[in-house]
Amino acid sequence: MILSIQNVVKRYDKYTAVDHVSFDVPKGSIFGLLGPNGAGKTSLIRMITTITGPDEGAIYLDGEKLNERTPEQIGYMPEERGLYKKMKVGEHLLYLAQLKGLSEANARKEIKFWFDKFEIADWWNKKVEELSKGMQQKIQFITTVVHQPKLLILDEPFSGLDPINTTLIKDEIRRLNEAGTSIIFSTHRMEQVEEMCDHIVLINHGKNVLYGEVQAIKNAFKQNLFRIESSDRLPAGFDEHFQVLSRPDGAVSAVTVQLEQDSRSNELLRYLIDHNVRITRFEEILPTFNEIFIRRVGETQN
Amino acid sequence: MSKLKLIIQREYLTRVRKKSFIIGTLLAPVGLLVYFLVIVGLTKYEGGGEVKVAVLDEARVIGTIPDERGVRYLPAVDKTLEQLKSEVTQGQYDGVLRIPPLANLRQKDLTVYYYSDKKLAPEKRELIERRVSGKVRDFKIDSLRLDRASLENLDTDVSIDPENITGKGEDESKYTIGVGLAIGGIMAFIMFFMVMMYGQMVMRSVMEEKTNRIVEVMMSSVRPFQLMLGKIIGAGAVGLTQVVAWIVLSGAVMFLLPFLVDVDPQQMQPPVTAGQPQIDPEMAQGEAFRIFAELGKQNWPLIVGSFVIFFLGGYFIYSSMFAAIGSAMGDDYGEGQALVLPVTIPIILAFYIVAFVGIRNPDSGLMIFASLFPLFSPIVMPFRMAFNPPPWQIALSLVLTVAAAFFFVWLAGRIYRVGILLYGKKVTFKEIGKWLFYR
Repeated sequence: MILSIQNVVKRYDKYTAVDHVSFDVPKGSIFGLLGPNGAGKTSLIRMITTITGPDEGAIYLDGEKLNERTPEQIGYMPEERGLYKKMKVGEHLLYLAQLKGLSEANARKEIKFWFDKFEIADWWNKKVEELSKGMQQKIQFITTVVHQPKLLILDEPFSGLDPINTTLIKDEIRRLNEAGTSIIFSTHRMEQVEEMCDHIVLINHGKNVLYGEVQAIKNAFKQNLFRIESSDRLPAGFDEHFQVLSRPDGAVSAVTVQLEQDSRSNELLRYLIDHNVRITRFEEILPTFNEIFIRRVGETQN
Repeated sequence: MSKLKLIIQREYLTRVRKKSFIIGTLLAPVGLLVYFLVIVGLTKYEGGGEVKVAVLDEARVIGTIPDERGVRYLPAVDKTLEQLKSEVTQGQYDGVLRIPPLANLRQKDLTVYYYSDKKLAPEKRELIERRVSGKVRDFKIDSLRLDRASLENLDTDVSIDPENITGKGEDESKYTIGVGLAIGGIMAFIMFFMVMMYGQMVMRSVMEEKTNRIVEVMMSSVRPFQLMLGKIIGAGAVGLTQVVAWIVLSGAVMFLLPFLVDVDPQQMQPPVTAGQPQIDPEMAQGEAFRIFAELGKQNWPLIVGSFVIFFLGGYFIYSSMFAAIGSAMGDDYGEGQALVLPVTIPIILAFYIVAFVGIRNPDSGLMIFASLFPLFSPIVMPFRMAFNPPPWQIALSLVLTVAAAFFFVWLAGRIYRVGILLYGKKVTFKEIGKWLFYR
């Protein structure tokens, strides 16, 4: 486990932002931290980055309780990006890298590596305010990873990025992950969760309402839906045997069917084969994360 | 390098490199130079051209008056007023000054008449009045057959020289108070100015970091307290740099000034005094000497040493409060004014206490209280230092100021760490009070 959250509580005045939350982030995973606005994600992230401390419970990074050296092992990119506008790009990166514990020489070396990688070597003496928003995002990303953290926390890392830069950053995240960096990924974009994450936790009203491996969660939430397409007309009486949920455009040869158990899928196939229906497509429909998110958040809304 | 040092370094360098700082630092002494040049120019300026005055001395009390500062006195005793008036219209004179006879030698008021269609400048009018008054006095002295030398002996300069009965304490002269007021006043003003200017600079800088969101990135690398303290120290160092630069540059300007224009120090005074009898150069030298002697008598190591401590104490107390307010305020400066006021009021109050009470009586009860109360002491105590307050008061004031500085920095740190990450909420003092107890 790279990160272990154990029974953490955070209160502000009378309001409990994080309410007895526990979960583990496996080493080397891309971990989705999900939840609607105001669920307590930022409060949680601020405790992990040691900006604030928990009122109860404990957090462990790589087996060690959070301490004053923790910030140097974490790279955090907040959703609201910010840089010193009047500073030169090179000096800015040097400053933040040194604050993360790198020596000046080391920081220069690392920054140069990223400048070469992103082909932005001539930006060193530019002022931050002279850069476009997308360019500033790249700089922000470099500040997050320059000190080679064990754990990266990225809050909506692709917001405001064009498709080219999104791909660029996505590839870098994957590359870092393959090199062993664990990543916590906070986003509202569920298609990105499905694409990138292997584990997730869903927070609502400060509570952990869903936690586990992405595939396992999808399986747990599946409703035994199957989609059938056929070049023939479906046999008369099909609707009496099976629960047909939808029939797109009133078609006679394409349906979505819900079974009581997924093990009955063979029964469905056998029925169709017995009735000489030529099947052109047969698939199980797994829930999208969007659906799971909405469903679980809805269920836990008091 | 430690994080705090890195932060201080950045805060210092980014400010010192700013164009506005460089211009402000260089321009202030140049502004001072221009100011002096303008003053010199103005005092040398002769209002209007020369005025030719025909003096109709009806009772021959005046005699001749030497020409002076644009006024020429032309005796016209043989002519009548009507003759002279027509000569004025013809342009021979600018005006006629008619001196009517004195009724008797005890007459205290004498009205003389000036005939002209042109207005007489106030400066010249005053000059003529003074000259005529002098001549009338001479006339009275001669008429009463008084001895001029004995009369001069009548005037005596009296000054109180306070002497301690028990023999303790400094020997004071009439210059002690003046020199003390000058030193104390300058120190109090520097304190007031620095605390206001650089304290508010810290506040604006905190607000800026909060609104452009860099603070969240910073907070994931350093402790909020480190960032706040680094900013306060960095900005304070900028302030010291500026003050030292101003002192050095102003010194250079004052040194160079005599080479740029030949200034007569007497003429630096406002023009009203210009007609008065010149101060005896020997006397003046004696005066300058005595002021320097008085300056030398001051306990400079104590004054400067304690000034530095009071300066740092006052700066830390107020700039940390400004930092806390800045963190609570967010981007709406107008809305935040209500929070700023409680911080600026004590500074202004302290300055007013010095300006209205301290100058009249540096040892009054209010002054003693204000020089011990930590929110006022950084401005009030340096002012009192020049008047030899009891050592225990200095010591107590120093201890209280330093203790208060530590307390306020700690307090501000508690507020700052919560406020800086709080967005979109209008903050009240009640709420700030609650933040103190957050973990």
